[in-house]
Amino acid sequence: MSLTRYTVRRLLLGVGQVAGITTIVFVLTEALPGDAAVVIAGDQPDPERIALIREQLDLDQPPWQRYLDWLAGLLHGDFGVSLISQRPVLDMIVGSAAATVLLAAATLLVLVPLAIGLGMLAARREGGRLDRAISAVAVGLYAVPEFALAILLVAVFGVQLGWFPPTAVGTGPNLLAQPAVLVLPLLVLLARPICSLSRLTRAGMVDALRSEYVAHARRLGLGAGRRWLAHALPTAAAPVVQQLARTTDWLLGGVIVVEAVFVIPGLGTALVDAVAARDVPTVQGLCVIVAVTTVVVNLAADLVAFRLAPRTAGAR
Amino acid sequence: MSTAARLRRRTLLGGGAAVTAALLAGCGADAPAGSDNVAGSGTPKRGGRLRVAFAGGGATESLDPHLANLFNEASRAKAIFDKLADYGPDVSIQPRLALGWEPNADLTRWRVPLREATFHDGRPVRAADVLASYARITDPDRAFRAKASLSLIDLRASRAVDDRTVEFALTRPFAEFGNVLAAFGAYIVPKGTESFDRPIGSGPFTFSSFTPGTSLLLARYPDYWDGAAHLDELEYVIANEESARVNALLAGQVEYAHDISPTTARSYAADDRIAITRMANSGLQGFTMKLDRPPFDNRDLREAMFLLTDRQQLVETVLSGSGQVGNDLFGKGYQYYADDIPQREPDLDRARALIDRAGASGLRIPLDTAPVAAGFVEAASVFADQARAVGLNVEPVQRNKDTYWREVLDNGVMACFRSGAMPIETHISQRLLSTSTTNATKWMRPKFDDLYATAVSSADEAGRRQAYGDMQRMLHADGGLLVWGFADFLVATTPQVGGVSADAPANTLDWARFDKVWLA
Repeated sequence: MSLTRYTVRRLLLGVGQVAGITTIVFVLTEALPGDAAVVIAGDQPDPERIALIREQLDLDQPPWQRYLDWLAGLLHGDFGVSLISQRPVLDMIVGSAAATVLLAAATLLVLVPLAIGLGMLAARREGGRLDRAISAVAVGLYAVPEFALAILLVAVFGVQLGWFPPTAVGTGPNLLAQPAVLVLPLLVLLARPICSLSRLTRAGMVDALRSEYVAHARRLGLGAGRRWLAHALPTAAAPVVQQLARTTDWLLGGVIVVEAVFVIPGLGTALVDAVAARDVPTVQGLCVIVAVTTVVVNLAADLVAFRLAPRTAGAR
Repeated sequence: MSTAARLRRRTLLGGGAAVTAALLAGCGADAPAGSDNVAGSGTPKRGGRLRVAFAGGGATESLDPHLANLFNEASRAKAIFDKLADYGPDVSIQPRLALGWEPNADLTRWRVPLREATFHDGRPVRAADVLASYARITDPDRAFRAKASLSLIDLRASRAVDDRTVEFALTRPFAEFGNVLAAFGAYIVPKGTESFDRPIGSGPFTFSSFTPGTSLLLARYPDYWDGAAHLDELEYVIANEESARVNALLAGQVEYAHDISPTTARSYAADDRIAITRMANSGLQGFTMKLDRPPFDNRDLREAMFLLTDRQQLVETVLSGSGQVGNDLFGKGYQYYADDIPQREPDLDRARALIDRAGASGLRIPLDTAPVAAGFVEAASVFADQARAVGLNVEPVQRNKDTYWREVLDNGVMACFRSGAMPIETHISQRLLSTSTTNATKWMRPKFDDLYATAVSSADEAGRRQAYGDMQRMLHADGGLLVWGFADFLVATTPQVGGVSADAPANTLDWARFDKVWLA
């Protein structure tokens, strides 16, 4: 199959997936008890007032009508307005996405060289002391849940030693204005992906270095550096790229635990708030963004993997 | 850390404040309200930027004061805007933009002279602004929170006598007109205001910048009628997790953290980096029993519930001792509270006898609860244990926290309940009349309705006090609201912060108010 045809097919599939996800999310949100009117009324649940709010927000329309209206708007690029603030959903998403994208980019920037470097280092002498040390630390880190690590880091480095700010409060929308606030969240976000990526790199490298073609390259007299970087690594990288896509997707969805502990107002926080408020247009908008991100990131990863090792990716 | 815990911390202020369970074992129920450390002392000092951390409503929050619902929205509203009147420390009504309010003979027309005050853009606050603000709140097509409170005013028959005098016409005689002017969310905005992107009010702070869900920066309004604020600037930052607010305070990222748990207060009681201010009588904690259906249509069973409750134990466990026991009445410490009614004490023998008489021994009673306010789930479980001791099978039932209040208004038989401060008259009219729209106990007694109607249509203050007392005696003897405690509201500051008032139950004017606060 040609790369172009493969891409087009995957894109069409992606559109279908996004449409399916928004439908499922809409149905699930409808299935939650209560609606935005009930949540807005809070502990003053005066039935008349709830009915009025419902009318104002067009929540008295049948669900299928609201869904179709929303879908029609979306096809024109209109994400609608929040039921709670009446501000455009898109503005809210852009504002929340800024922090999430920044955090994800910073994490990936550190993660990729570090994880691959560690994996290669471990693979150099399989079973050696360094290999075992790296594996032990990586698996140990993997075993610590994010929230536990986050609380620990805040308590020790944020509050006790005072080396880094424990939260990002007061930093404003641009977290880069005060890069120190990124340090602790980055450490938490790195902990688990470093393990999975370095272990995959190590395993891939070990396999590749044992393979017939690398042995052949050695027989042809190619230098070790060339054998490793130009021949073994691309093969080893294919599964790593797939895993990296999952990590990227996870990061771009907004890691709610990290956002909550460090007070970073990203997409995860926005989604939790929107669901709690039954703010359906905002929930839907966020789900579209997250679904599109997932489709695009995974497609990109598959294309890269296809380039790296055409046989494995083409079989998918 | 869980989402549930996070959302619990920013509970809606229902006509009353959400109450975070309260306090310090050891300091216990007898400890006076006030500061553990030294916040509030010293001489006011001018200048500086105070950073305050609140839980927030996320990126969808609004600066429209008429929409204010959450703690941070209520606090911002009072920083930027004013009401005509507001709640004092005992929830009596204090004049604000109004200089006073004088009725005609039959209490159907009230004349309200306005104070000389200006909005942030220099325009004076006029009678027309007041009428326009109230018209906006009571717009039939909208659903602002204060709408029900203001519905007593007949705006078409009300008028501006001159620029600084409003004459309100009411739809019926009403003696407690101040309660209307002080209603939650009844803020005065300049006539014609619909956008609050850059809000203009008459309050102590002017708008500088706003990032929804993140921060709001305000600056001192030098011409504020109640004296310019001590602070140059006030910055609200949002941190939904209580632990994050405390961490930010400890690390010097903020100077004030709103709504602190009793556990935190205890952990840092001896820590000189943090001063805790404790606002007593902030939150009623109790259970509603529905009187219009079995089993609580049986008076004996209700009395048994009152008598089996070990209030002291509930205060010590659920509130960690940070509060006081209740006496099955709303409004401890507030104006018109019937403190002459003796405190109810546990009497298990009599409770058992009453349960037998009601034929309710071994009865299964579902008790609705949800993590919608701190302490609810714990209170239900402690109470279930207490009921078991007298042979009642109370079973806590978890409801959905986002829609809890709507669900328990009409469904079920018994539910966890809480309320912030409001005048006792407001509590009665919203929750205890046959016509009340949020009557969770289904207390509907024509005689009680009549007493209320007589009280609020009488100009005689002593007679009103008598009637409020009689109503409370009826409720205490026969009602469906079991009030086991009143929680303190806790805030934490750095020791440099002065002027945070402890004599300010949640929802009153001085609570979450910053124009009298300074940085030493």
